[in-house]
Amino acid sequence: MSALNPAADLSAHGHDDHGHHEISFVKKYIFSTDHKMIGIQFLLTTLIMLLVGGSLALGVRFQLAWPWRAMPVVSQVAELVGGPNFIAEGGQISPEFYTMLFTMHASVMIFLVIIPILAGAFGNFLIPLMIGADDMAFPALNMMSYWFMWPAIICFGLSFTVEGLNAAPAQGWTSYPVLSAIRDSAPGAGDAQTWWLLGLTLVGVSSMMGSVNYMTTIINMRAPGMTLFRMPLTIWSMFITAILQAFALPVLTAAGFMLLTERTLGFNFFVPGGLVVNDGDPTVGGGQPLLWQHLFWFYSHPAVYIMLLPAMGMVSDMLACKVRKPIFGYKPMVYSMAAIAGLGFIVWGHHMFTSGMNPALGMTFMISTMMIALPSAVKVFNWIGTIWGGKVVFDTVTLNCVAFVSMFIVGGLSGIFMAAVPVDIYFHDTYFIVAHFHYVLFGATLFGCFGAIHFWFPKMFGRLMSDRVGRLHFTLTFIGFNGTFFPMHLLGIAGFPRRYADPYIHPYMEHLMPMNQFITICAVIMGVAQFLLIGNFIVSIFTGKKAGRNPWNANGLEWTAPSPPGHGNFDILPVVYRGPYEYSSPLVDGRDFLMQTELLPPAGDAGNEPAVDS
Amino acid sequence: MVNKFWPLFFMFWPILAIVSFVIAPSMDWWFPGPAMSKFGEQIDNLFYLILVIVAVTFVGTHVALGYVLWRGVDNRDTKAWFSHGSHNLEVLWSIAPAGILMFISLYQLDVWMQFRVKSHFPEGTTPIAEVTARQFEWRIRYAAPGKKLMTTPQPDDLYTVNDLHVPFGRPVSIRLRTMDVQHSFFVPELRVKQDAVPGTVIPVWFDTMRPGEYDLTCAELCGWGHYKMRGRVVAEKESGFQQYLLTLQAEQNFDGVTRPEHSGAQIAEYGIEDSQ
Ligand code: HEM
Ligand SMILES: [Cu+2]
Ligand SMILES: [Cu+2]
Repeated sequence: MSALNPAADLSAHGHDDHGHHEISFVKKYIFSTDHKMIGIQFLLTTLIMLLVGGSLALGVRFQLAWPWRAMPVVSQVAELVGGPNFIAEGGQISPEFYTMLFTMHASVMIFLVIIPILAGAFGNFLIPLMIGADDMAFPALNMMSYWFMWPAIICFGLSFTVEGLNAAPAQGWTSYPVLSAIRDSAPGAGDAQTWWLLGLTLVGVSSMMGSVNYMTTIINMRAPGMTLFRMPLTIWSMFITAILQAFALPVLTAAGFMLLTERTLGFNFFVPGGLVVNDGDPTVGGGQPLLWQHLFWFYSHPAVYIMLLPAMGMVSDMLACKVRKPIFGYKPMVYSMAAIAGLGFIVWGHHMFTSGMNPALGMTFMISTMMIALPSAVKVFNWIGTIWGGKVVFDTVTLNCVAFVSMFIVGGLSGIFMAAVPVDIYFHDTYFIVAHFHYVLFGATLFGCFGAIHFWFPKMFGRLMSDRVGRLHFTLTFIGFNGTFFPMHLLGIAGFPRRYADPYIHPYMEHLMPMNQFITICAVIMGVAQFLLIGNFIVSIFTGKKAGRNPWNANGLEWTAPSPPGHGNFDILPVVYRGPYEYSSPLVDGRDFLMQTELLPPAGDAGNEPAVDS
Repeated sequence: MVNKFWPLFFMFWPILAIVSFVIAPSMDWWFPGPAMSKFGEQIDNLFYLILVIVAVTFVGTHVALGYVLWRGVDNRDTKAWFSHGSHNLEVLWSIAPAGILMFISLYQLDVWMQFRVKSHFPEGTTPIAEVTARQFEWRIRYAAPGKKLMTTPQPDDLYTVNDLHVPFGRPVSIRLRTMDVQHSFFVPELRVKQDAVPGTVIPVWFDTMRPGEYDLTCAELCGWGHYKMRGRVVAEKESGFQQYLLTLQAEQNFDGVTRPEHSGAQIAEYGIEDSQ
């Protein structure tokens, strides 16, 4: 049975395959319960948010390169629309505004881009297709998980405006109390901070609905023959991520509520007594500010893996397909993801080495943190092993996947410096940290996502994205990215602290301004390059080359469905006979892939073994 | 050769990365000077040890990556190598990094204990001042010359702002507190950093090897003026330090009319040495 049936291919705007019920426009494109549409909605939303977050970052970068200079373009526009008062005279960034810029940059990027693009966009789109289900287990819940994003976005937006545009949240994405608990502590610590916390909670609700759905779907709705160890690594990663999310998120939600009640109802969890903030009355109470840090990082460390594991899974699938080779060490790949997730729960304290917590805890967190580098290393070796002996053709997808591996190596290695507690005493809260997490979150995760967008785009819209534009986008982004973030390691070594509106008032940093200007120029290149992606995306929806069911000659179940799949996904119900990585199998002649659904004639029975031994 | 463009591309950037690290010290993109404290030297040594390990791994993995890509583009006609992996390799590349990581973790424990575990503080560490962070300045309280620093403020205590004087050449400690939100006491040249946590007093010790002025900055976001919490740590000779305290006292007690008398004899009498 070859699943390649061009006759079944549908035109770009996929007519409903089943044809026996018409769906209204609203139900189909807006309040859709179809996992594919929800995935695409998530994807479009996160891409827009990527631009928003990116613009905020450019504001930060501008200030660091040319402190207190009037922002080009922005200041003129501000002038035109009556000059919002957050920008001081002459369109320059005030120090208050600077703290708001980096706070909202990180909040948008983490909560509205990275987390929803992985689980929300790709998780939704891929899970049912890759395991051979017709939809998610709870389609209505799935729809709600998308529509809870919008109140969150609105809350974040309101947090920018409730106090008349001069007081967005400004306590960093980590939002440490006491700064975030006392209204007088900073211009943005009033209602803005309350709205921010509400937004955070809503993002959490959205993610939680997603993860319940993913777990249930993956456990219950796999196609016949899809045993756990025949699942693509993408599915494993989504599954593990959903579990991480489900166990870690309640802690953040609880912490968020605690802070909310502390701010609005006068409860007391985080603020100790006797503080005099901003010449106000002394505080009363017996709270403990470190409690927030523990609760926050108990979620947010696992969350950094929530922001990475799905990309790891997707890159594994794309890479195997692109080099026409089985994944190297499938089971070690699964186990190392599980190990990362497990260890991820006991390393949160590495964000708190200098926080004043018990030094004995510092030692245990240091050892567990070192240990979490191990499964990360195993994964890197296995990706290199996967390419080893493969056939490499450099298209956009391959390029982004290789970049993922290369950038992840850097991010993992810089983690080792910081995991070493004494060295972290020096590096904590310097640009070394900023370099580290951009290498893992942008360098790894986002390059992985760029690859995934190009790879699964034909399944989403039935057309291919332009490879030439894709490669150009990759090249510019890669150069811009490394130019932006690699020098930040050096800034960190030079003791350049993060979150400084004007570092150059400190004599030991004066000479670092040219380097910051270089960084900002690279960041602008990188930012501008993203329009290539957006443009390619939009144009290709309408004019891209038509893709058949299986444009990449890949093995997974999703490639047996029409492109785009109709309602209910599969016209031929899939039955699974093997794992997804049987590329270049000697069992078939004349082609180098062997789909999961293909039943081979019994040639000594060898063909239908689950080919997943390590 | 054209088809080797991308493998070269992926091998080229690591070379740039390494070059940038090699030239960094001479371009002054490096530590703000060598560590000015014995404790800081230990941190630097650890840093360089890890740097070597990391650099070797970075080069190794990228050579491997470059190699497999390079070979991969040549692989045009034949099928790819049909292999699901190698158990032996998995074992090898799990155990080897595990050993190295374990080594790093255990090797550095001692430095950490010295820094934070009170019973491991160096002999003779003297509390010299109380540093209270506040939006956006460092308030400093010394005991009067010859007196012991008490946990509660005394009537004859001496106060300054953003200017911490310490005797050099021996470990001293400060009592770090904050009046309002979190801050972090960061002296890059001495490689010390410690958050100031509301509701807690944290003892922080450091030493200075040479007399001099070291920048003091804040490393924990504390509000819009975070960047401008600039102070300095002045390390000077024991006698200079005593003199400083006396001057401070004289200034503080100066009622605008009569100067309280002070003589050199008093300095000798009140050695801060025994204020432990
Ligand atoms: C090889 C494994 C890793 C190790 C050993 C490691 C270690 C660390 C340590 C010790 C810190 C705290 C540094 C400090 O604030 O002083 C840190 C920060 C951070 N790491 Fe990692 N890390 C690793 C991998 C990752 C990955 C894979 C991600 C994300 C996908 C990640 C994301 C982050 C983020 C976002 C922060 C900074 C949070 C903040 O302060 O704003 N790390 N890492
Ligand atoms: Cu972490
Ligand atoms: Cu500060």
